[in-house]
Amino acid sequence: METAITVVLFVLLLATAIILGRQRNLFAASMLTGIFSLVSAGLFTVMEAVDVAFTEAAVGAGISTVLMLATLSLTEDVEAREKKISWPALAVVVLTGGALIYGTLDMPNFGDPHAVVHGEIARYYIDRSWDEIGLPNMVTSILASYRGSDTFGELGVVFVAGTSVLLLLGGRRSELPASGESPGHERPSSRPPGKRHAHVREMPVVRTVAKVMLPYIVLFAFYVQAHGDFGPGGGFQAGVILATAFILFGLVFGPQELVRHVPPERLERIMAVGLMIYGGVGVVAMLLGGQFLAYGVFTPSHPSHGHHYGIFMVELGVGITVSAVMIIIYATFATRRPSLAPQVVLDAEDRCETEVSADDVPLVPEERALRSGADLLAEGAAGTDAASEVPS
Amino acid sequence: MSEHLPILMVLVPLLSAPLVVFIKHRKASRVIATLACALSACAAWTLALQMSSAVSYPLGGWRPAIGIELRVDFAGAYVAAIVSTIATFAISLGTRGTREDVVGREMFFYAAFLMCVAGLMGMVVTGDAFNVFVFLEISSLSTYTLVAMGKERRALTAALNYLFLGTLGGTFVLIGIGLMYQMTGTLNAAAVSARIREVEHLRTTHVAFAFLAVGLGIKLAVFPLHQWLPGAYSQAPHAVSSFLAGTATKVMYFQLIRVVVSFFGVAYVFDTLHFGDFLLPLSLVAMFAGSLSAIFQPSLRRLLAYSSIGQVGYLTLALSLGTEAGLNAGLLHLGAHAVTKTALFLIAAAFIAQVGDDRLDRLSGLGKRYPLLSLGFVLGGLSLIGVPGTVGFVSKWALLEAVLAGGRPWLAFLILASSMLAVVYVFRVVEVLYFRAPLANAPPLARERADWGSWVPAGLLVLVSVGLGVWSELPSEYVATAAQSLFGGAR
Repeated sequence: METAITVVLFVLLLATAIILGRQRNLFAASMLTGIFSLVSAGLFTVMEAVDVAFTEAAVGAGISTVLMLATLSLTEDVEAREKKISWPALAVVVLTGGALIYGTLDMPNFGDPHAVVHGEIARYYIDRSWDEIGLPNMVTSILASYRGSDTFGELGVVFVAGTSVLLLLGGRRSELPASGESPGHERPSSRPPGKRHAHVREMPVVRTVAKVMLPYIVLFAFYVQAHGDFGPGGGFQAGVILATAFILFGLVFGPQELVRHVPPERLERIMAVGLMIYGGVGVVAMLLGGQFLAYGVFTPSHPSHGHHYGIFMVELGVGITVSAVMIIIYATFATRRPSLAPQVVLDAEDRCETEVSADDVPLVPEERALRSGADLLAEGAAGTDAASEVPS
Repeated sequence: MSEHLPILMVLVPLLSAPLVVFIKHRKASRVIATLACALSACAAWTLALQMSSAVSYPLGGWRPAIGIELRVDFAGAYVAAIVSTIATFAISLGTRGTREDVVGREMFFYAAFLMCVAGLMGMVVTGDAFNVFVFLEISSLSTYTLVAMGKERRALTAALNYLFLGTLGGTFVLIGIGLMYQMTGTLNAAAVSARIREVEHLRTTHVAFAFLAVGLGIKLAVFPLHQWLPGAYSQAPHAVSSFLAGTATKVMYFQLIRVVVSFFGVAYVFDTLHFGDFLLPLSLVAMFAGSLSAIFQPSLRRLLAYSSIGQVGYLTLALSLGTEAGLNAGLLHLGAHAVTKTALFLIAAAFIAQVGDDRLDRLSGLGKRYPLLSLGFVLGGLSLIGVPGTVGFVSKWALLEAVLAGGRPWLAFLILASSMLAVVYVFRVVEVLYFRAPLANAPPLARERADWGSWVPAGLLVLVSVGLGVWSELPSEYVATAAQSLFGGAR
């Protein structure tokens, strides 16, 4: 049975990948990446890596799809050019794929109990983590304590992502409410004329359901945050789920409304606080005479208690930074230009004036370049780059 | 306190980054960032000068292999000291050369810079393969953003290019680490090298090394994988290009050394996989192609960037020899080139601040107007060529010795021949500076005096590169110890 499920999932994964590769509609491609992640999450579940599966489902299938859609709202949703096969690129891909397959030839079989990865270190975690740390979920013990510095670094990566988005796009946040009249070029789009985004906000069902769902999503996020010690969960997943609640609010009621309730200036600080909490826990351990992130020194008589406190605090830091960064990324993209994000005015009489369809928003010249990286690349190559290539 | 030095040099910049974002004060963020880099440098130098043997620091108090171990040997301390010092010098340029909309949001720029420093420092000090990847991610991601903040629109293209190639490199590194872990069951350097013997005949192990080498090769800008470098170095803001030119490829080079020496072992890499036979021709092509392209560049920073591709060729050539002497030469050249190239990029920044853009002909006849700056460029250029009396000579001499000791005099000849190309591109700039009449219709210069912010650190680095050339035993002895302890009589 398990084999059958695995085979089905792998076939689905492969099919998704092939369709994804051939897809020119970026909207569809984004949805397909979400499906790809979801199928992967299924595979991880079959492999009994439920923590990884949960993260993949929350991050890969959930929030990154939403973020990609938010990004698409700034560009257009069809790839600029026809794809041509680049033979050198194909050769490199075939070579790399060949190397990977060649590399699998001497791998130990999946689930082989004698494989080295199931050796000494894995046994140590299984045998000792209950005594040393005392969490039922061994994965959390490894992530937050045995390999706590990796998780700290990963949180650093998330922080850099937030900083990067703020640095690259934050200065161009559109403060103006959207205005319907838009002289200049029409946005080329293959999308049938329609008001996809504007419609969503007018639908009473969507608005009501979102309102009802929001508190439960937030509650679930707190549950996942707290439950990481006992089952799959923890700061990363909880942060993403919490952010999802805010992003859902932004999607349904408009990003300007989200920004009004959750000012970006405050989010920027919150993003920094989470990383400082994580690092601070480590520094406190150093001040108490231990090493960085050695939580045991918090309660010298009972080191495992110290681990509980330490892990609780660092997971809190993770949850705070991850949720803040995810909301920042969404809000920065979505408020950059009022296409996906016409300012929603809740008073009924204003609504018809302020709502804009995604299709008749002008492209500001500076944003056109962002629209297609390929164009930019061509532009750059036509400049001095081409003239000064290494002669080969 | 001193037992915490390995983590402190990473932690100070890493925690200063969120602090800067939290405080959100434009001027304070610059001060904090400079202080953090300086403190990190102090920690690195203290460790480098006081250590008597490799230092191990168990993060979280777990013993190595169970937890994550930081492991700093002489070579690591040496690279860490160079990286943090250059960060301190480079950040003195502040946000110069960034696009206008950074104004008011400088704290994010400094935060990204600090994270980049922390990432590179972390890669150097950690003794755990996956931890290397995590820090690689931190430094890469922040680098892409920092490059994109360049003044011209082409900085975005350069950053995008770097992002594509860099992400590919990072993914390859991750695949390599994953395969290595699967074959050895551990991520700790010492533990991997103890177990690699048992699995070194297996194909998965070969592929693991191949992926790590190619991934790091992209990040290191080994010849055919160097396409990201000229754009990134020439379009980035000045502080960033000065910092990257001195550190980014150097840290990746050090990682490659560690993958070869500390993880897989010299005997396996060179005798079984014949890695040297792959690396040597690529290094030679890089030496010539990089320097040759540098000659034809229209702008100062592109010239310096292509020169870096050539210099990476010397680095990888030294590694490809697979001997202790080669390693010694490589480490020496790493330091020599880091100091020299950063000094030159700082001088380029000072010139660009004066004339407005970095086209080479705009510098026509400015040698008399900016005598010290021009002299600095000449001295730095001499070090790039490897003229006696500069630190560049010390490392190139070591490289020649290593090549001759390996019984390959034709390589020595090629090294000298490619150095002649360096003479050409350096003197091309000298010719523009000193022997051309100033442009008749040149736009007015920005300021009467060259500004202190960029030429004081540049001057100091030039002095260092000349000073270490004169007192050459200072770097030579330290690096010889480092190479010896790293190599450990492996062959």
